[in-house]
Amino acid sequence: MTTKTVFAIFFLGLLVLSLVSYFLGRGKAKEAMVGGASLHSRPNHYGGYVVAWFAVPFVGICMIGGLINLICRAYETGGLPPFIYLTLAFVVGLAGAAFGYLRIRPELRARNGVEKVIHHTLVGASFVSILITFGIVASILFGSIEFFAGSEKHGRDPVSPIEFLTGTTWAPSGGAELKFGAVPLFAGTFMITFIAMLVAVPIGLFSAIYMAEYMPYRLRKWVKPILEILAGIPTVVYGFFAVVTVAPMVVEFSNWIAEDVLTPGTWLSDVFAAATHENALTCGVVMGIMVIPLISSLSDDVINSVPQSLREGSLALGMTRAETIRKVVLPAALPGIASAVLLAISRALGETMIVYMAAGLSPNLSANPLEGMTTVTVRIVSVFQGDEDFNAPEPLSAYALGLTLFLVTLILNVGATIIVRRFRQRYEL
Amino acid sequence: MDEREARIQKRLKRRKFAEIRYRFYGLFALFIAGAFLVFFFGDMISKATSAFKQAWVQAEFSYTQSMVDSKSPFASRRAIDRSMRSFVSPEELRSIPDFLRANPEKVDQSETRWALAGREVDQYLKGAFNKLKEEEIELAEQLLAEGKLELRFNWGFFTRGHSGDPEAAGIWAATLGTIYVLLITMLCAVPIGVATAVYLEEFAPDNRLTRTIEVNINNLAAVPSILFGLLGLSILIQFFGLPRSSALVGGMTLGLMMLPVIIIATRTALRAVPDSIREGACGVGASRWQVVLHHVLPLAAPGILTGSIISVARAMGETAPLLLVGLNNAAKDAPGSLTDAATVLPAQIFNWNNQAIRAYQERTAAAILVLLVVLLVLNGFAIWLRNRTERKW
Repeated sequence: MTTKTVFAIFFLGLLVLSLVSYFLGRGKAKEAMVGGASLHSRPNHYGGYVVAWFAVPFVGICMIGGLINLICRAYETGGLPPFIYLTLAFVVGLAGAAFGYLRIRPELRARNGVEKVIHHTLVGASFVSILITFGIVASILFGSIEFFAGSEKHGRDPVSPIEFLTGTTWAPSGGAELKFGAVPLFAGTFMITFIAMLVAVPIGLFSAIYMAEYMPYRLRKWVKPILEILAGIPTVVYGFFAVVTVAPMVVEFSNWIAEDVLTPGTWLSDVFAAATHENALTCGVVMGIMVIPLISSLSDDVINSVPQSLREGSLALGMTRAETIRKVVLPAALPGIASAVLLAISRALGETMIVYMAAGLSPNLSANPLEGMTTVTVRIVSVFQGDEDFNAPEPLSAYALGLTLFLVTLILNVGATIIVRRFRQRYEL
Repeated sequence: MDEREARIQKRLKRRKFAEIRYRFYGLFALFIAGAFLVFFFGDMISKATSAFKQAWVQAEFSYTQSMVDSKSPFASRRAIDRSMRSFVSPEELRSIPDFLRANPEKVDQSETRWALAGREVDQYLKGAFNKLKEEEIELAEQLLAEGKLELRFNWGFFTRGHSGDPEAAGIWAATLGTIYVLLITMLCAVPIGVATAVYLEEFAPDNRLTRTIEVNINNLAAVPSILFGLLGLSILIQFFGLPRSSALVGGMTLGLMMLPVIIIATRTALRAVPDSIREGACGVGASRWQVVLHHVLPLAAPGILTGSIISVARAMGETAPLLLVGLNNAAKDAPGSLTDAATVLPAQIFNWNNQAIRAYQERTAAAILVLLVVLLVLNGFAIWLRNRTERKW
């Protein structure tokens, strides 16, 4: 029996038998009502009651069976064949439905029973998000532990975390000696993020100030969604744009500067002449444009929520609007703006496609943004592009990089949340 | 006294100038953002338009039995005269054996028909970079004059899958893959997301557990997308053993990623329903669940729908996590089922961008244009829906 048939039987059985139980239960309740009995709940609650008696054991047994088989597979022993669980589920489920059906009488509190089941389902659903977090942490943590601990079975040397965080050579495959010094990757990531912020913070902030303080409301209603188009463009599209349009422009421009503006051969001219088609500047600029709406929207909200009384007080003292903004509104909104910038940084650090397409794949520890460099995210995604061996050191190194990325972005996000909460408390919003 | 007056005037002037400068900064920032948008869309459109035309050439095909029998892919090349061979797409030649098997009566016959032109001719006609030799250009001009070579609307771009030959490559397989993936995404994310939001907003007691879940959801929304790719890879593929590269895995990965987005959107929609509705329903004897199901959810439905559409649009453009779970394979055919190898539009764009052949570039841009148009339509629809259904209580 293939997995597909098992799932087909499961879903089909669940659907058909649930419907049957529902109509049986409702029918019995309706009959009682026609007979003159006064029901505690509506007839469809009695239907739902029978469905609950059927579906809960049915789904439960199937899930437990699936879990047992998964664990068996993890320990490389065959579990029971799935049709045993399915048969068991059908038998118990039908027995449950029959029991529920027999219990139906006018004074049965069917509504309460059904709602209890629904309530527990909702609680279960809200735990899924916790499970996802747990899954992310567990997967990258286990991968990282395997990576750092090494394995004799697969002939992998342990890697010291200190070397990982401070080493300056990243040579995860090939060569005689593998080296896992992630500093070039961190440097590339921070360089690109830094350039992105140089672009995004001034543009985003001034757009926000203008939108919040000067622009009439009706115009703002149009401008804001247009600005947000920038955040809605898929990153792979930005990547294509960076490679095909921006990168040649950057290279041409810096070659022009190196040859015509500066004297060739000098130090600064060499810096510009080093420009390659894959470079950090292109990525940084394009990524900066991508995060503009993130900064402008959040800052706009924060500036708008600075109490009007502060502005009025300042204007009444004879300050111009620009002075009011600079000396009253911005200081008051500073925490919110800071948190917007933190979120933008976290977004830029985790950005993958633009850098993967436009920044290059080779690690390069350099302070020159016109050279190609690579980032943490690029290494993670480029490892898993073929039929790789999951026990080789290089794929596992991706988990260690993922762990670093997760921790850094988590700190930034939590920091941003705390700052915003303080800000809101201060103005009692 | 005059001196003081002059000083004040001077300072006032400076302050007024500063005011103007400040406004200018803001306008300039907005101008840069707007100029970028215009430049970006203009650039994409100008790069993409040529891909919507495709060269077709009239050529004489002579079929022989050896083309059916031979295992060598080169046997079919002889169907075309040597001088014309580079003008016809290899895709046309590859399809000859299958064509002859379907129409055995055509063996040892010859026919003159329109065929997909090769990429170099195609690029030449569009005035782009090409590798045609001098005599080939002459021949092309001659054919053009005779009406045996022409540019037509490129329907194949919308009906074919990926191909090693750019002239025969299209977005149909990737589009279908995208639809499959998004279907799975929504099936995973919307029920669980709405259930979570309903619980947190309507039922959950304010205790430590609830607050943990809330903080957790907010943080999950900001986790870099690539980490969801790692999650999909190690949990869904390695632990649960789901087939790699399939629409199922891709959709579930994106579903997990979109869950916090949908939860947050649904909570906002639920919060917008005033308490008087709940109190009224409770007052006539509805249970808490009846209040939610019969009154709150229907009123919040447009908001939930808007949030879902926006998250569909976001999921549609997502690439990095899908690359990790293997959706960037160059699938030629549309996936037949949810567990077949599939590809999605953004992954196809990424793939084409990596191809060495230059003729792919216009197709990449065209695929991007299609993606952007769909995204704009989805987002525009969501905004329209929000404006239409927005209600002041």
